[in-house]
Amino acid sequence: MQTTKTTKPSLLKGVLAAAFLTFSTGVCGFASAVSAETLVVVPHSGLRILDPIITTAHIVRNHGYMIYDTLLAFDADFKVQPQMASYTVSDDGLTYTFTLRDGLKWHDGTPVTAEDCIASVQRWGKRDTSGQVLFDKLESLTANGEKEFTFKLKETFAYLPETLAKPSSVVPFMMPKRIAATPADTAITEFIGSGPFKFVTEEYQPGVKSVYEKFADYVPRSEAPSWLAGGKVVKVDRVEWTAMPDPQTAMNAIQSGEIDYLEAPPIDLLPLVEGNDELTVRKLSPLGGQTMGRMNFLYPPFDNKKIRQAALKAMNQKDVLDAFIGNPAYYTICGSLFGCGTPFESTAGSETLTGSGDVEGAKALLKEAGYDGTPVVILQPTDVTTTKAQPVVAANALRAAGFNVELQPMDWQTVVTRRASQKPVAEGGWNMFFTNWIVPEIMTPLNNPMLNGRGKNGFFGWPTDPKLEELRAKYLAAKTPDEQKAAAGELQAHALDEVSYIPLGQYNVPSVWRNVVTGLLDAPVPVFWNIEKTEE
Amino acid sequence: MLAYTFRRILAAVPVLVTVAVFVFLLLRLTPGDPAAIIAGDMATPDQLERIRASLGLDKPIIVQFFSWFWLLVQGDLGTSLISNTPVAKMIGQHIEPTISLALLTIVLSVAIAVPLGVIAAWRHGTWVDYTVMTISVVGFSVPVFVVGYILIQIFAIDLKWFPVQGFRSITRGIGPFLERAVLPAVTLASIYIALIARMTRAAVLEVLGEDYVRTARAKGLREKTVLFRHALRNAAVPVLTIIGTGFALLITGVVVTESIFNIPGIGRLTVDAILARDYPVIQGMILLTSGIYVLVNLLIDLSYSFFDPRIRY
Repeated sequence: MQTTKTTKPSLLKGVLAAAFLTFSTGVCGFASAVSAETLVVVPHSGLRILDPIITTAHIVRNHGYMIYDTLLAFDADFKVQPQMASYTVSDDGLTYTFTLRDGLKWHDGTPVTAEDCIASVQRWGKRDTSGQVLFDKLESLTANGEKEFTFKLKETFAYLPETLAKPSSVVPFMMPKRIAATPADTAITEFIGSGPFKFVTEEYQPGVKSVYEKFADYVPRSEAPSWLAGGKVVKVDRVEWTAMPDPQTAMNAIQSGEIDYLEAPPIDLLPLVEGNDELTVRKLSPLGGQTMGRMNFLYPPFDNKKIRQAALKAMNQKDVLDAFIGNPAYYTICGSLFGCGTPFESTAGSETLTGSGDVEGAKALLKEAGYDGTPVVILQPTDVTTTKAQPVVAANALRAAGFNVELQPMDWQTVVTRRASQKPVAEGGWNMFFTNWIVPEIMTPLNNPMLNGRGKNGFFGWPTDPKLEELRAKYLAAKTPDEQKAAAGELQAHALDEVSYIPLGQYNVPSVWRNVVTGLLDAPVPVFWNIEKTEE
Repeated sequence: MLAYTFRRILAAVPVLVTVAVFVFLLLRLTPGDPAAIIAGDMATPDQLERIRASLGLDKPIIVQFFSWFWLLVQGDLGTSLISNTPVAKMIGQHIEPTISLALLTIVLSVAIAVPLGVIAAWRHGTWVDYTVMTISVVGFSVPVFVVGYILIQIFAIDLKWFPVQGFRSITRGIGPFLERAVLPAVTLASIYIALIARMTRAAVLEVLGEDYVRTARAKGLREKTVLFRHALRNAAVPVLTIIGTGFALLITGVVVTESIFNIPGIGRLTVDAILARDYPVIQGMILLTSGIYVLVNLLIDLSYSFFDPRIRY
C-alpha cells in the first residue's frame, strides 16, 4: 500500500513534467519565423477549383499564373510581349506564325510542343468570350513542326496578340495536349503546366491550403519582369497559400509573423497594420477594380430606355464608394466604362455619375416614361463584403428618385443562381444586381462582357442592341490605335446612353506584407516570381 | 448488452436513410446552382447548361438520388462538385482537427467543471457556490468569438505564448499540437465548463438529499468519500448525458471557433460546402454528423449501466 501511495504522485509528476517539457519545446518553436525558403501567403479566397479554363474565379486564375505559362503577356505599358513564344504577322494581316522559345518543359519533364499549345488554345477558345471571337475569325490553326504553329484568319483581326495575352479570366494558359484534350466544360484532373512553380498535389486541401514548389527546370526570359511579361525568376523554394475565412485572424497572423503576405486585407482593418514598422502596406495592382450595377433588359421597368436612364441619373459614384470602400485613398471616381488609367479611358456621358447625381432629372425622366410603380427587385448579397454595400446605396438613390424598390437579401450563391434566370420577376427573376471586375477584364470593347447586345446569349441582363454590336464590330475592324480609341469612345457614348450598365467607380485594395519579403511586383494580378525573403 | 447494442446499431440504419433522403431533397429545393459557382461571372446560359450536364445536374432529381444512393450503399460518399475531390478524402482531411479539438475541450471541461460542480453543491448556499455559479453564468453568456479574440490578444499577440492561428496534427508531436490547440480548446471550454459545472451541481445537490447519503455520513465516512464515491457516482447519469451531447455538439458546431483560429475542421468544410451548394459534400457531412450523434447516444446509454447498476439492457 505504501508503495502505491508514493508511486502514484511520482508517476503523475513525471507525466506532467514530460508534457510540460514537450509543450514548452513546441511553444518556443512557434516564435521563430517561417523558413526563409517558404513564402506563406493568405490569398483573397480559398482555392477550390483547379482548372483555370472552366471558371472565371480570380483565385483560380492566380493559381493558373503559378503553374502555367502564357504564349504572350502584357507589360506595364499595355504592350503585348513574347512570353513562351514570339510571333510574326504576314503583310496582309491574315497569318500569325508563333515560334516557341527554347528550353520550355512541362513539369513532368517532357518538352512543350506546338501541338500542346494548339490543343490548349482550342480548349480555351470554347470557354472564353474573346477566344470565341478569335475562333469566329479563324480559318485554321496548324502546327508546322515541334515548335511552330500558325493561325490563319478568314479576315483581319488585329487583336489576336492582345487576345492571347489577356491577363485576366479566362487566361489562355498552356497545358500538355493530353490534359487540354479534356472537354472544355469538364474540369481537368491533372495539374501539369510549364510555369515557374509546380503544384504539390499531395498537400492540396480544397479551400484550405495549396502548395507550390519552384520548378527547377523553368527557364525564365532574360528581360526584366514587367506586369505579366518578362523574366519570371523564382527566388523562394516554396509558396504556401493558406486560406483564412476570418479577416481579423489574417490580420493577427501577419502581425505576429505567422504569415508573410496578405493579398486582400479588408479596408476597415487596415488601420491595425498601417503604422506597423514591420509591415508594408501598398497597392500592387495599378488599376484595381470596377464596381458596377447591371439591369435586366428583358422585363419592366428596365426594358424601357428612359427608365434605365432615370436609374443612372439617380445614382452617383461617391455615395456608393463611400459605403463600399470608405477611405478615399483607396477609390477613384471614374466614369469610364473601360476604367481609368487605361488606353480607352473616357468620361463622356457619365457626368451625373461622377458628380452628385441628378435626382430631379431622374424624376422627370420617370414621369416622361410613364413609370407605373413596377417594383425594382434588387439582389442583395449579404455574405460577400465586396458586394454588400452597393445594392443598399443604389436602393436608397432609386427610392429618392421615385422608384418602388424591393431589396431582396440573400447569399452570393443565390445571387449567381438568380441572376442567371431569364424568367419574369414573379417567377424567380430579377431587375438589378451588382458585381465587381478587375479593370483588365473590362478595359476594352472586346473583353468587357457587359458591352454586347446579343440578347439572351450574352451576359446576364441580356440586352438586344444591334447598334452596340455594330459599334463593337467597328472596334474589332479598327487597325490603328487612333481608330481603336475613336471606336471605343463611340461605343462608350452609345452604351451609356442605352445604360448597358452603370459603372459605380474604381477601387484599389492594398496588400500587406512583412518587411522580410521584398521584390513584390506591380501587376494586375498577384504574381509570386521575383519575391525574396530573408530570415526575421 | 450485446444484443441491445446490435439492435441499436440496426435501428440507426433507417434513421440514417431517412436523413439521407430528407437532406437530398431539401438541398435540391434550396435555391442555388453549383454550376454557376464553377462557371463564374462571364458564363453564358449555354455554358452554364453544359457545365450542369457535365456534373449530372441536368438529370431528373430521382435519377440523381438513386445514382448517389447506389454509390452510398457501396460506401462511396461521392465526389465534390466544386473541387472534384472525393468527399471521403475531404472529410478525412478535416475530421482530425475537429475530433482532436473536441476531445481536448471535453477533457479540459470535465477536468475543471466536475470538481467545480461538486464543490458548489457541497458548499451550497455559500460564497463558493455563488462564485462558481457566477463564473458559470459568465462563461455561458459570453459568445465564443469574444472569448477567442480576448485570448488571442492576450496570449498570442501581447504575451506571444501561443500562435494566433492554425492547426498541427498530433502526429507531429504533442507540443506543436498543443501550442495551437490550447487557445481554441480553452475558448470552447468556457461554455462547456459552465454547462457541465451547473449540471453537476444540480445533480449532486439532488443526490446529497437522498437517504443513502445520509446513511453514508451516519456511518462516519469522510466527506470526500461521500461526495466522490456515493454522491457523484449516482449523479453521473445526467452529467454523462450532457458531456456526451456536448461532445456531439462540439463535433458539429465549432465553426465559429474554427474560423477565429483558422482550424481546417469539418465545421468550416460544411459551411464552405453550403455556400457553394456542393451537394455531395453537404450530404456526406450531414450523414457523418447524424452517425456521430447516433454513436454518441449509444455510448452514453451503454455507459449508464456502468455508473448505475440498476440500469440493465
